[in-house]
Amino acid sequence: MGKKIRIVDTTLRDGMHAVAHQFTPEDMAEIALKLDEAGVDTIEVSHGDGLGGSSFQYGFAAASDQEYLEAVSKVLKRSKLAVLLLPGIGTQEHLEMAAQYGAKVARIATHVTEADVGEQHIKLAKKLGMEAIGFLMMSHMVDKEKVVEQAKLFESYGADTIYVTDSAGALAPNEVRERIEAVKKAVSVPIGHHAHNNLGLAIANSLAAIEAGADIVDGTCKGLGAGAGNAQLEVLAAVLNKLGYETGIDLYKIMDVADDIVAPKMKRPQVIDKNSLSIGYAGTYGSFLLHALRASEKFGVDARDILIEMGRRKTVGGQEDMIVDVAYELSKKNQMIDKTGLQIG
Amino acid sequence: MSKKIKAAIVGPGNIGMDLMYKLIDSKYIELDSVIGIDPNSNGLRLARENGFKTFHTGLEAIIGNKDIKIVFDATSAKAHLKHAEMLKNDNKIAIDLTPAAVGPYVVPPVNFDENVDSININMVTCGGQATIPIVAAINEVADVEYAEIVATISSKSAGPGTRQNIDEFTETTSKAIEKVGGAKKGKAIIILNPAEPPIIMRDTVHVKVANPDEKAINDAVINMVSKVKEYVPGYQLKVPPIIDGDKVTVMLEVEGAGAFLPKYSGNLDIMTAAAKAAGEKIAQRLLEKE
Repeated sequence: MGKKIRIVDTTLRDGMHAVAHQFTPEDMAEIALKLDEAGVDTIEVSHGDGLGGSSFQYGFAAASDQEYLEAVSKVLKRSKLAVLLLPGIGTQEHLEMAAQYGAKVARIATHVTEADVGEQHIKLAKKLGMEAIGFLMMSHMVDKEKVVEQAKLFESYGADTIYVTDSAGALAPNEVRERIEAVKKAVSVPIGHHAHNNLGLAIANSLAAIEAGADIVDGTCKGLGAGAGNAQLEVLAAVLNKLGYETGIDLYKIMDVADDIVAPKMKRPQVIDKNSLSIGYAGTYGSFLLHALRASEKFGVDARDILIEMGRRKTVGGQEDMIVDVAYELSKKNQMIDKTGLQIG
Repeated sequence: MSKKIKAAIVGPGNIGMDLMYKLIDSKYIELDSVIGIDPNSNGLRLARENGFKTFHTGLEAIIGNKDIKIVFDATSAKAHLKHAEMLKNDNKIAIDLTPAAVGPYVVPPVNFDENVDSININMVTCGGQATIPIVAAINEVADVEYAEIVATISSKSAGPGTRQNIDEFTETTSKAIEKVGGAKKGKAIIILNPAEPPIIMRDTVHVKVANPDEKAINDAVINMVSKVKEYVPGYQLKVPPIIDGDKVTVMLEVEGAGAFLPKYSGNLDIMTAAAKAAGEKIAQRLLEKE
């Protein structure tokens, strides 16, 4: 029997970005029930930007965190319920609420250089009896030494698991491999990887992570997620199955959830288009996509220019407000060009 | 030279030092003492070099000194709970720069006058000082139902205190958006950005209003920005109000004065500038009473 790989489904969290956070609690319960039956180990449920993410800044969700968690917790039989929390957006109060609704896993997500803002949340999660995961976002922005330093911080706070996350879908397989290998060597807890598909590498990167020693990988049905989406779960399950890894997932059942339950709820095709490709190419946070499209329309500038400028300014996860700022500046610059007649007509 | 009110700073860390340099040219306050707990600390050394009295035995050192009327507390929330009681018993006015919030939240251009006689005032948070004036200004003309602020600061300007207790920032700021800003519901978000060179503090204010009168909102925001600029020269309207249905978005940038801390740390600058502004108003009033 092959190595056991734990799968975390994030259709009901990262997938929320792709539907502008508009899944209803009923949608979530329906999907979660089928994911549970398909044998998915852990199911993450939250606003796309984590608990407390419902806002002007990130978009208001169709329902409250409580309503989502309540709906999903009622249908789960085997799968563990997980939540995501970004310190600075969500607070310990949200974590306590989630624990009350049966969440067993708390993923505490910080920018890859800022693990120390998550110390109090990791400790609270442990106190509440939850599995605490330190989730290092935008790991492409630093070298492996920095990732190791921050992973060790999370381990020192008591994290049970450390994730090396490619929030921008900007890493190539060799870059995933070197980060995972280095972290695996430095800490004694299980390691996870969360991939995005902006460069078409989500499955390849998940495999590279596993080969480098990762024990957990994330995926979403139909690849639903920020930017060009995540590792497509049914594809991941098939690939891992073929290579002899044990995921506990029933392949036909997960294919059915993706095609029959999730696909009809999608608002737009989950593809790599010029904008999501620009995200991966520029190394910009995946969740910026829909915000950039809206700003592009409002200010009459190319969404790619916005996304690439966001990358140039080294923005991090959560800085959605900067998109408006950048779009506004780009539109002013274009107006100046129009007025001075510099533009070639 | 006209008479001034004597004051002390307790807590000679980054905030305390920045405040010390700012108080040197105060019209109404004469900084007398700087108090810490470590005689070899960099802060106390700088205070000595600048000619101030220093003590390394904690706040007790100035209790009983009737000349000192105002004490700026730049220690920690936990320490301030103790200090607040000591200062009250010694008839000293406390200007609290910690998140302890023993006294009412004060954002100088919004609600100083209501709290002019309070013996302890709290300076909220950096994000609160930067954004609540805008929330309050819009509320005056458009009735704010919900206000949400996003403060983005450079990683370098967030000290260990902020980092280990980041929830304190979001919770305190949210409460003050309601209490001082006048929003029916408040929400605060903070983001740390590690880019090099460090980014200047930027703040976004999103509000939902009952009455989106574009001209009134524009005028109110521009007027408030100039009021804050009087004591925070680096305070700038980055993007003027964008009105989209009942949603108004305003973007601000806060560059520090560079007195002691680097210019990018506008978040620390606006705290000390607000504390100085409040302290001067209190001192002015004490002088009038004499």
